Amino acid sequence: MGLQDFQLVSGLEVHVELATRTKIFCACANQFGKEPNTLVCPVCLGLPGSLPVLNAQVVEYAVMAGLALNCTIAGHSKFDRKQYFYPDLDKAYQISQYDLPICLNGWLDIKLPAQQPGGEPLIKRIGITRIHIEEDAGKLLHSAAGGQISAADSSLVDYNRAGVPLIEIVSEPDIRSPEEAVAYLDALKEILLHLGVSDCNMEEGSLRCDANVSMMRKGAAEFGTRAEVKNMNSFKNVAKAMEAEAERQVELLEGGGTVVMETRAWDADKGVTRSMRSKEAAHDYRYFPEPDLVPLDLSRERVESIRKKLPELPEAKRLRLVNEYAIPEYDAGVLSAQAALADYFEAVAKGSGNAKAASNWVMGELTGALNKQGLGITESPVKSAQLGRLIALIDASTLSGKMAKEVFAKMLETGEDPDAIVAKEGLAQVTDQGAIEGVIEAAMAANPTVVAEFRSGKEAVLGFMVGQVMKLSKGKANPALVNALLKKKMAG
Amino acid sequence: MGLQSLTIFDAVKGLREKKFSAVELCRALLERIEAVEPRVHAYMTVDREGALVAAAAADKAYAEGSAGRLCGVPLAIKDNLSTKGLRTTCSSKMLEDYVPPFDATVVARLKAEGSVLLGKTNLDEFAMGSSTENSAFGPTKNPWDLGTVPGGSSGGSAAAVAADLCLGSLGSDTGGSIRQPAALCGVVGLKPTYGRVSRYGLVAFASSLDQVGPITKTVRDAALLSAVLDGYDPMDSTCVDQAVPDYQAALGQGVQGLRIGLPKEYFAEGLEPEVRVAVMAAVTRLEKLGATIVPLSLPNTAHCLSVYYLLAPAEASSNLARYDGVRYGFRAEGVSSLVPMYMKTRAQGFGPEVKRRIMLGTHALSSGYYDAYYLKAQKVRTLIKGDFDRAWEQGVDLIATPTAPAPAFAFGAKTADPLTMYLSDIFTLSANLAGVPAISVPCGYSSKGLPIGLQLLGRAFGEVDLFRAAHAYETSEAWGQKKPVL
Amino acid sequence: MPLKETDVDYVARLARLEISAEERALYTAQLDAILGHAADLSAVDTTGLEPTFHVLPLKNVVREDTILPSMPRAEILANAPDQAKGCFRVPKIIE
Ligand SMILES: [Mg+2]
Ligand SMILES: [Zn+2]
Repeated sequence: MGLQDFQLVSGLEVHVELATRTKIFCACANQFGKEPNTLVCPVCLGLPGSLPVLNAQVVEYAVMAGLALNCTIAGHSKFDRKQYFYPDLDKAYQISQYDLPICLNGWLDIKLPAQQPGGEPLIKRIGITRIHIEEDAGKLLHSAAGGQISAADSSLVDYNRAGVPLIEIVSEPDIRSPEEAVAYLDALKEILLHLGVSDCNMEEGSLRCDANVSMMRKGAAEFGTRAEVKNMNSFKNVAKAMEAEAERQVELLEGGGTVVMETRAWDADKGVTRSMRSKEAAHDYRYFPEPDLVPLDLSRERVESIRKKLPELPEAKRLRLVNEYAIPEYDAGVLSAQAALADYFEAVAKGSGNAKAASNWVMGELTGALNKQGLGITESPVKSAQLGRLIALIDASTLSGKMAKEVFAKMLETGEDPDAIVAKEGLAQVTDQGAIEGVIEAAMAANPTVVAEFRSGKEAVLGFMVGQVMKLSKGKANPALVNALLKKKMAG
Repeated sequence: MGLQSLTIFDAVKGLREKKFSAVELCRALLERIEAVEPRVHAYMTVDREGALVAAAAADKAYAEGSAGRLCGVPLAIKDNLSTKGLRTTCSSKMLEDYVPPFDATVVARLKAEGSVLLGKTNLDEFAMGSSTENSAFGPTKNPWDLGTVPGGSSGGSAAAVAADLCLGSLGSDTGGSIRQPAALCGVVGLKPTYGRVSRYGLVAFASSLDQVGPITKTVRDAALLSAVLDGYDPMDSTCVDQAVPDYQAALGQGVQGLRIGLPKEYFAEGLEPEVRVAVMAAVTRLEKLGATIVPLSLPNTAHCLSVYYLLAPAEASSNLARYDGVRYGFRAEGVSSLVPMYMKTRAQGFGPEVKRRIMLGTHALSSGYYDAYYLKAQKVRTLIKGDFDRAWEQGVDLIATPTAPAPAFAFGAKTADPLTMYLSDIFTLSANLAGVPAISVPCGYSSKGLPIGLQLLGRAFGEVDLFRAAHAYETSEAWGQKKPVL
Repeated sequence: MPLKETDVDYVARLARLEISAEERALYTAQLDAILGHAADLSAVDTTGLEPTFHVLPLKNVVREDTILPSMPRAEILANAPDQAKGCFRVPKIIE
């Protein structure tokens, strides 16, 4: 018996800080990294007599997230107080949503690696139980060396984060492996970034993940007892913590023990989870409806008006790019992962009228060059209209592929239009038949013996002659035209 | 009669007509405070300097023609309303040295109209009580009989008005805390409709019941203050965005055509005969003035006390959790770790009644009890509110009851048994539970010369009807002309 | 069911109130009396009734997402029982 005899079952609770301008219940700026206690006011400090007023943008962002995650948006929801004492919690209660959250019953499709090499990736649907709105707490800074809570003589409290708006996204226990957890988090983050509702920066704490983990014997009918694992600061650590917790629970169960329902903290240094259970009795949060805030009733019309404002989500975009531009699935996948990249591509494709070339250029030359310079797509010195024009010049045979790359390098350097560069550098390809014939005649005149060899049947020399013509034209002659005309002339 | 005895209405008139200056008026009040306050203890803090500065500014405003509606009027503020730069104690050791960095909306509105804030008045700690005996800094005495309580929790505000220690004051009312002390001190007290006045800056006791309101010498003065206090505030989500009617204009309309209901449940056992007689005489007077008196039943009245004493402590237990010794206020000394610091801070910072209600409310919300206590009480509250809705539907415009079951009682008479004390609010709780406005107006004196109050309750946002009837009654009698001898 | 002293201990702990032995006995008796009075409510038929969490029919009260200045730090720390480095200081946290 061992790990292989058990099935891991997990649901994730993800807290996401919303990228609003102000906090959820007051007009203090919602900003990270400011001097401690400089973004506070009577409301977010919980001063006696202060009252909360809900930020409209928080509602809008929560609904956007709910719609993007296929949730039902509640026609009626309300706020509740979750009560517990902790120094970072200014009112000794957190305003949250308990029994009537704003979003319910959604789902998110995640992509898992193909089961056989070369096979199709597997799509799995993870249920979203609910999304609710709540406020963040302040931050404790521990003054003693090592930052260990227990080692410190005292702690310092900074309330800048108190009242930053959060949504908590709770998944169903549909996750069956650490890989699935990471795939879920990746997909979730991609969507939230796309919506622009959060910057999802895990290091700054704007995305935080707790994992409920339980183990059931394979074939068993019921889930095992779960433990909640907290304190993971990256997706990688979520996976590691789940693995460690799975091992711990299996070891416990194998040894005839039982798993206790509790909260455990991930210790990244030691690679283990540790019980956070205090001597306290189980938490009794004494939720009750927040009397200082009135209910939130969202009409169908209001929800639909928010739906209309939703940006296209990555998956929908990918499908549309394939259908509309007939580009390969792979290209569409790469392009749609980043809204700005997809927008750029679409502008190039429309400008040039050549979608396949557009995706090649955007994903190849352009991305390569931007990566080298450490620039994002929105900072590209070459604008989409300019790249579109460059592709059009190739398609019109004004530029050869080789010349186009030279022009593109100049465009990157100067930001100039391709036409201007072609004119300045005299780079345009010669496609004038008469002009090319002139050059061919000059080349033939300079190489009479080669011409004779050709005419005597040694057709292999044609390549040499093409080279001579290109050389004489300083590379500007259209190679296809040169080939055709040369064959005709050499034949006599 | 000195300037301190003026009504707000007459003071504004005198100031406008330059019969006296705001500084003279302010000095008259400060002198009166100096003479009488040591015996009454209505104030927690008297802000002499601040008041004189504000009075001088008021005189300047009159001279410049920029005087606000309450310019130069000396007022007192219950010490659970946040005043910027002036300590706000809630009469609790917990906030003894707390100096708020902001003004409550009502305080800001009074200041914006040029009023002169004399200081902060005493209350039962965190507004929990009916006698001011729960103040951590000693009780206020009833100016009519210094051996009796002034009522509470706004006992300081009511006593200050009765003793001419201010021209008018602000109180807060969660279960009768404006009306009951107004009745016991022989002054006018209004609890407005829930949502009529901003609660921003009112230190919360029970958020779904709390309202700020005026305590004054006359109904007209209450209307004058209400015109300034009432109205929408974007800082309070429960403050209604609804126009404020012209209350002064309403005062002259009389009671002709008003139907006043007499709920039988408010005239049952527990009511002192002297109070019943005085209140019934007032009802008869209202009838003579043109009102129609109709019998009425509010059958769920009996549940008010239980509902109130589950809901108010539940909300209070949550609202008072923030006093943890971390950000402001009292912190117990000599504790080196967090949880003991919390437990000792709260044990030492709160008085017995506050602790009792925190315990009660915590219990009512705790796991396994929420449905039976808190949720059940909120459902019965629906029945209580329904009683009132039915009364209005039956064409009743106002409801008349006694404000308190008895006149002022002696210090210590009810401190041993909390339930006995809670019964002092038996007639005032329903207005808070139903969210409707209610006013207490003097309607006579007991054989011992202690004031008795008539309570009128109205429809939500029906303050105009309250003012009409209360003013008509008040001006038909001469109760207000009697003053306590101090 | 009468209130027990252990219930009072549990509640005191939840509410972060240290209580003495006398207070425990007193509160147990007093809370039991008040709750005994409140027990009348259990006999009231509230079938199908909605709770009145709010007496007003207000809904959807929100504000615009517009920044206003926060408070000067010195002003908020002026009331702090203990402070250091621009922060509120609390005793060590022992789990
Ligand atoms: Mg949460
Ligand atoms: Zn703030």
